[in-house]
Amino acid sequence: MAFFDYFRRQPKSASLAKDRLSVIVARERVGTRIGPDYLSQLQQDLLAVLAKYERIDLQQVSVNLDRTGDCDVLELNVFLPVMPDAPMTGPKPPAKSLRL
Amino acid sequence: MSKVVVVTSGKGGVGKTTTTANIAAGIAQHGHKTVAIDFDVGLRNLDLVLGCERRVVYDFVNVLKGEAKLNVALIRDKRIENLYVLPASQTRDKDALEPEGVGRTIEELKGMGFEYIICDSPAGIEKGAQMAMYFADEAIVVANPEVSSVRDSDRVLGLLAAKTSRAEVAATPVKSQLLLTRYSPALVKKGEMLSVSDVLDLLGIPLLGVIPESKAVLQSSNKGTPAILDEETDVAQAYLDVVGRFLGEEREHRFIEEEKRGIFRRLFG
Repeated sequence: MAFFDYFRRQPKSASLAKDRLSVIVARERVGTRIGPDYLSQLQQDLLAVLAKYERIDLQQVSVNLDRTGDCDVLELNVFLPVMPDAPMTGPKPPAKSLRL
Repeated sequence: MSKVVVVTSGKGGVGKTTTTANIAAGIAQHGHKTVAIDFDVGLRNLDLVLGCERRVVYDFVNVLKGEAKLNVALIRDKRIENLYVLPASQTRDKDALEPEGVGRTIEELKGMGFEYIICDSPAGIEKGAQMAMYFADEAIVVANPEVSSVRDSDRVLGLLAAKTSRAEVAATPVKSQLLLTRYSPALVKKGEMLSVSDVLDLLGIPLLGVIPESKAVLQSSNKGTPAILDEETDVAQAYLDVVGRFLGEEREHRFIEEEKRGIFRRLFG
């Protein structure tokens, strides 16, 4: 009976639903709204631009997308060899890092 | 100027076809030449909800394959002037839906003077659903105040932002609005159903309207008459508001709050 239900308050299922959804929706958006195809395309385009000026190693470029609060952070890390024309044999030249 | 509108949701059974039928009927009643296209190839139902199932001779797939002329396949509604239906095929597979053919058909409809082209999407996020949204200028995202529906709607919003013609040519994005259906203010008040503002917070798109849970929807589909034609019901009122808003009128949101109940019903109800 509604009268007795009044004294038997339980956590509301709707607020539980909202909490669960806000977590799952935020997580799935990172993967889909700015899709992985867009990221890899961006990575390739940036690479093509950088390759015009520097000899870069494909493995030394990383593109990441992070979410901090309401803000999406696109992080691009490129490791540039100090002497681009030096032979790749012998000890690896120290790399300087360019972070955008 | 023609507008292509997709009615979509991701999840099945939330009211896409009901919404397509009612919104198309309502827009046509405002005097705009309107066509509702059923994209659910293999599981057509829009014809049934609109009560024209016995008049289907040719369908969308016949048109796409060049087996029937578009003006022959279109069914003109007998009750509502300006309303036409292009039914889906019941037998063929979805492979017939290709961007070229669908785009050509939509262009032809525009050429025939249709002002509103309403695309009823199938459930899911596969090819049929993607074809239904591909040429859209606007989207009506139909959701129930329920976890799986809201999650799926968010996925669909992602697709609308990425896998449409507007997204690909970097034009103005598809304008997406939320239609919350099967809403029960009483359950929301008890804290047992997600509220309008909960869903709006989660999805982050503007609200087109709220359709209350009502047996009128079942009754109207039983009869094959869009609910909007029976103006007495709350569902008809809600859809009339939605159509008005969609066409740019200012209308206050209704059916969000519970109707007032007496003290005895509250204590012993």
